Amino acid sequence: MNYKSTLIYLIISTLYLLTLKIVWIILSVLQGLEMTSITLEKNLILGLSVSLLSILLGNKINLLIKNLGLSLVFTYFFYVYNTVAPIWFYFGIFVIYLFFLNNIKNYDLKYLNKPHVIEKTIFKYITLFGIVFFSLVILFPFYLMLITSFKTQASLLMNPLDFSLDFTKSFKEFFKSYFVVFKTYNFSRYILTSTIVSIGTVVITLLFAIPAAYAVARLNFFGKTFLSTSILIIYMFPAIVLVIPLYTIFSQLGLRNSISGLLIVYTATTLPVAIYMLQGYFKSIPKEIEDAALIDGHSWFGIILKIIIPLSLPAIASVALYVFMIAWNEFLFSLMFLDNPKTFTLSRAINYLSGDAETPRQFLMAGSVIVTLPILIIFIYFEKYLVGGLTSGSIKG
Amino acid sequence: MADKLSKIEKRTAYALILPAILLVFSIILFPIFANIWISFKEVELKDIRIPEPRAKKIIKSIPEDPTKLKIVYKLRNSSLLESINDVKLKDKLPANIEFINIDPRCNFKSRTLSCSFGKWKAKYRENLEFIIYNVNGNSIDKKSLKSKKPKLSGKADNILLTTNFTLNNFKKVFFKNDFKDLLLTTFYFTFFGTLGAIIFGVLAAQLVNQKFSGRTFMRSILLFPYVGPVVALAYTWTLLLDPNSGTLNAILIKFQILDQPINLLGQKYLTFQFLGIDLKLRLALTTVIFFEIWRYFPLAFLFVLARLQAIPKDLYEAADVDGAGPLNKFFNITLPQITAIISILFMIRFIWNFNKFEDIFLLTGGASGTRTLPINVYEQGFAISNIGMGSAVSMVIVLILIIFMILYFKLIGKRANEL
Repeated sequence: MNYKSTLIYLIISTLYLLTLKIVWIILSVLQGLEMTSITLEKNLILGLSVSLLSILLGNKINLLIKNLGLSLVFTYFFYVYNTVAPIWFYFGIFVIYLFFLNNIKNYDLKYLNKPHVIEKTIFKYITLFGIVFFSLVILFPFYLMLITSFKTQASLLMNPLDFSLDFTKSFKEFFKSYFVVFKTYNFSRYILTSTIVSIGTVVITLLFAIPAAYAVARLNFFGKTFLSTSILIIYMFPAIVLVIPLYTIFSQLGLRNSISGLLIVYTATTLPVAIYMLQGYFKSIPKEIEDAALIDGHSWFGIILKIIIPLSLPAIASVALYVFMIAWNEFLFSLMFLDNPKTFTLSRAINYLSGDAETPRQFLMAGSVIVTLPILIIFIYFEKYLVGGLTSGSIKG
Repeated sequence: MADKLSKIEKRTAYALILPAILLVFSIILFPIFANIWISFKEVELKDIRIPEPRAKKIIKSIPEDPTKLKIVYKLRNSSLLESINDVKLKDKLPANIEFINIDPRCNFKSRTLSCSFGKWKAKYRENLEFIIYNVNGNSIDKKSLKSKKPKLSGKADNILLTTNFTLNNFKKVFFKNDFKDLLLTTFYFTFFGTLGAIIFGVLAAQLVNQKFSGRTFMRSILLFPYVGPVVALAYTWTLLLDPNSGTLNAILIKFQILDQPINLLGQKYLTFQFLGIDLKLRLALTTVIFFEIWRYFPLAFLFVLARLQAIPKDLYEAADVDGAGPLNKFFNITLPQITAIISILFMIRFIWNFNKFEDIFLLTGGASGTRTLPINVYEQGFAISNIGMGSAVSMVIVLILIIFMILYFKLIGKRANEL
């Protein structure tokens, strides 16, 4: 028996089990569980013994029976050692034990004698800790946003730890914040504006970018190299530098507080990256196809329309989604250019709501859910394309 | 033939590119030059509105005589600083109306009242009064009188177009604006934000590159912070970190880790003891940096993951044959393969973080020691309404940026295209 590796394995796995339990306890407390302290030493002993038993038993008995049996026994011990809680809490603990035992099923005495087993164990647990850590850190704010939008101001102030939802309420009561946000704060109008601005930006950007990218990728003309480097440089210039001059110019031209003004700015700022992304893709299309079309007497416009666009639809989809995301999420220009509620985009509207300290936060969060949900749904649905767009263009952000 | 073709080619190329160039030029390049221009002028927000002649029409009835009405034009120059030349007013009135008294500057012909006033000084105000009556002797319909608005025209100098320049803005930026602190905060924010995002990005990429169930799901949610709108996420974080009713403080107090809530976004310094030394931490700034890391590590993650997945598998297999452990493999195979992408990412993210505005603005508004250069641009330009100062600060940003870009293109510019 390799004592050193066994010991390290035991310590790490116990800590991992403890982490899982703590996360579960925090989540349960948020559902209204009263648990002020957990007995740390006893839980450490529980963890050590379950890990030890698991490797000692090894694969002498059927894995399923072993895992189920150990989980049941240790959930019972946990129940004995800790304060009383509702049954669903212990069920969660049982599932955690099952999950944990499943994670450590490969470890037995033989395995712990293999070379590099300490390093491998550490690496494996870093991964496991990482999964727990990243899921929690990323999803928790979204969870908070969603839950808060269903709460009432009074319950939020009384107990910020109460994340439980009251499903017995009527439909209208349950979605009250959303009804208010749509009725009192006119969010349907902002959704429409945001949609128009985002889709408009995508369409105009593509209209400008596809021909330009084709020229940069394929045609020979004076100043081509200069142009392709300046695309990258211009792309690097930040919005904050443009804000003051654009504000002055737009004020004088009367383009502030107008959707067309916003469209112009969004298009111009996303154009360089769109051209940059598209020309990279156009270069990868074999040139022979176009040459054949040229000989057949097609014009350049015909080539773009009939050959380039159909062949590069995936790349165009990537660019379109990426530009859509930028336009939908954009905040700085909408803050600067819009101060009339009639022209607000969603982001600007939420910012405007928060500017009034009286606005109940559940309305603010309902608004946040409304602006976040569409972009997340689009992202999940078109993940492949959007990730493509992100990797080729998102040097920016 | 070939010559002719290349000529057509050139012409087509310009035709294809021109619209894009014109748009980018007018919205990005021209404003940058305009910025240089403005930064040498002492301009305030109120100056950039072109002085306009304005008139408000008020109709008053005369109780003694219902067939007569009084029209008052409240005239004023919208600007408090600039005068307007050659001001003219035109107003169309309903039919059958005649004037009793008419101002010498005005005349009334074919239902149109036209006046020319000449020059209006800054702050100019006047109430122009007329009494009118209906030719038919009936009472006058007030609504139709009010329905048309008077039209005014005038010529004014635009303060932005004059050619007096001054260095005052830059003097103020460097000597009166706490410039050192501004610069330090910006660099602190940029450096640690970038470094943290890359470290977490590499960790996440290494994680997703392992085999485990739910890996694709993990990959999706890792990108959520970047894909979500900054406004929604920033306000959610403000709610999470709120000292009075925020979830984080409540959890920490509940589990007795803290005795008292900490105002993570509103407290400038946190003093604590470490190894017997009193240390001061810029608390709000650190929190903002963590938000920054949270939001942008997905980008680093994405790039590093793409690189990791491109590492040939046989490298690892060869290492296995040699009996190398995971640590050895990480340092001798993985790390060398991703150093290039990490250095490129660091440069690019550094430049972008340097200009980050929204995140800080939404979380703290630049208070509690989180004032960076971009925040200062906004503060000067819009909160204090000193457009000239704001431009000067943004010129400083541009200059620093140009230095970074030169460095970037010198060091890794050529390799960036291999991404």
